[in-house]
Amino acid sequence: MSEGTIRNLLKRDKRADRVVPPTGYTAQLTVFVSGAMAFLAVFALALSLASGRLADRWATELAGAATLRINAPSDQLAAQTEAALTVLSQTPGVASARALTSDEQLALLSPWFGSDLPLDTLPVPQLIEIVEGAPGLDVTGLRLRLGAEVPGAVLDDHTRWREPLVDAATSLRRLGWISILLIGVATAAMITLAANASLAANAQIIEVLRLVGARDRFIASAFVRRFTYRAFFGALVGVVLGMTGVLLLPEASDEGGFLTGLGFQGLGWFLPLLIPLMGAAVAFLATWTAATRKLTELS
Amino acid sequence: MLGQEEQQNNRGAPVIELENVSYTYGGGALLSDVSLQLNPGSFHFLTGPSGAGKTTLLKLCYGALLPTSGQLKAFEQDVATLDRDQMALLRRRIGVVHQDCRFLDHMTLAENVALPLMVSGRAESAQQQDLTELLNWVGLGTRQEAVPPELSGGERQRAALARAVILSPDVVLADEPTGNVDWEMSQRLLRLLVELNKMGKTVLIATHDLSLIRAAKSQVQARVLRISQRQVQLAGADL
Repeated sequence: MSEGTIRNLLKRDKRADRVVPPTGYTAQLTVFVSGAMAFLAVFALALSLASGRLADRWATELAGAATLRINAPSDQLAAQTEAALTVLSQTPGVASARALTSDEQLALLSPWFGSDLPLDTLPVPQLIEIVEGAPGLDVTGLRLRLGAEVPGAVLDDHTRWREPLVDAATSLRRLGWISILLIGVATAAMITLAANASLAANAQIIEVLRLVGARDRFIASAFVRRFTYRAFFGALVGVVLGMTGVLLLPEASDEGGFLTGLGFQGLGWFLPLLIPLMGAAVAFLATWTAATRKLTELS
Repeated sequence: MLGQEEQQNNRGAPVIELENVSYTYGGGALLSDVSLQLNPGSFHFLTGPSGAGKTTLLKLCYGALLPTSGQLKAFEQDVATLDRDQMALLRRRIGVVHQDCRFLDHMTLAENVALPLMVSGRAESAQQQDLTELLNWVGLGTRQEAVPPELSGGERQRAALARAVILSPDVVLADEPTGNVDWEMSQRLLRLLVELNKMGKTVLIATHDLSLIRAAKSQVQARVLRISQRQVQLAGADL
């Protein structure tokens, strides 16, 4: 179907549009389904985009860092920490390495043990924060060297818990897109049913139009225009309501974690505006297909 | 064969030509081995008892039905070979007045009459001019905004005739056009159809009303065809 054909099919012709009676439950059904599906699509889109941002953040922020834990008797802790820092300073791919202070370690433990923990009386391992640089850290080589020179050192490059988190966020993003796809397919199915019902209900009108010399394209376009515009306006209302809902969600914050980051950011706010256009395109194709099939059946 | 006699008055190729056409429905033959030619500018009546097959023959003529066997040509085209778009174009050349008028009740009389113009994509200005002239011609100039359920039987028939001729077709087929109207209105409709014939249109009227046929004889040179026992015959002078 050429661009000109599509433009002609969608061009408003008030008198030609009058050949199909304006009332009927299919009209309300189309508007309602489009609106409801667009509303859901906005949230699915928000979820997908937020999951994507989360996956990217976890992947990038934690990928360039590692933690070295020194488990040693208290009288050897300082010496082993010094030795580990020396090894790290000589290791390619380590941009910086820094032993956490007692206050920093206390801050890390306070969510579980409270802030009045007597850290100096407990056998708490020393943590060293490693920031990775070019050309990248050879984790296996570093483990071997640390094993030989710092017996109490345990290197954690965050892979063990970073990968499941990134996988989860990526899966969530994928689910979001699948939801949008399913919403599109469900919309197409519902509009096809509505269009079929409308075509069947108007079989006598179609017969009269044919008797006076109407081509199938004229008849189909009367139905296609009506369903396409209904779907567009229904989806527009759904998107406005959905975006209002997203706007009312709490703003992103570290305390709220993922749930408060569900909104759109930056140019992402413009993406939902594509949903009514997509809805109209889906309605156009669904109605055109249904009309073509029905007109063949009725001939 | 009827076509042979008409051939003598031939003023060009037949606009509609049936050659050994049969039509069966549900296992029973409604028309059997019918041959007929409608020449340009001719005027025909098709008569016969109810259920004889008059409407079926008309439907064959405008392509609403296809022959079970035999060949049907309209404007020298074999109707059986036409696709749906070609059939639509063919129907724009054949105006039909249906027995039940076939209006769209949600549209006004003017919109119903203009329907053929609308579907054929004529310019809007031309539409309005043609429409007003035509509605005045059939005496419905003041009823343009009425919807079909508000129209009397005579008004409906005249509106159906106006819709049938708005595209200036070559052929006008009318199925019992005076079936639901009084004598005075049937004479008025007949005059309109005769006037169309004088403009050069081929007219075929299916009717069981013999008084209408008798009344027409003084106005137009008409041939009368009778359907009997699934065959079409030229009616005798007894009419």
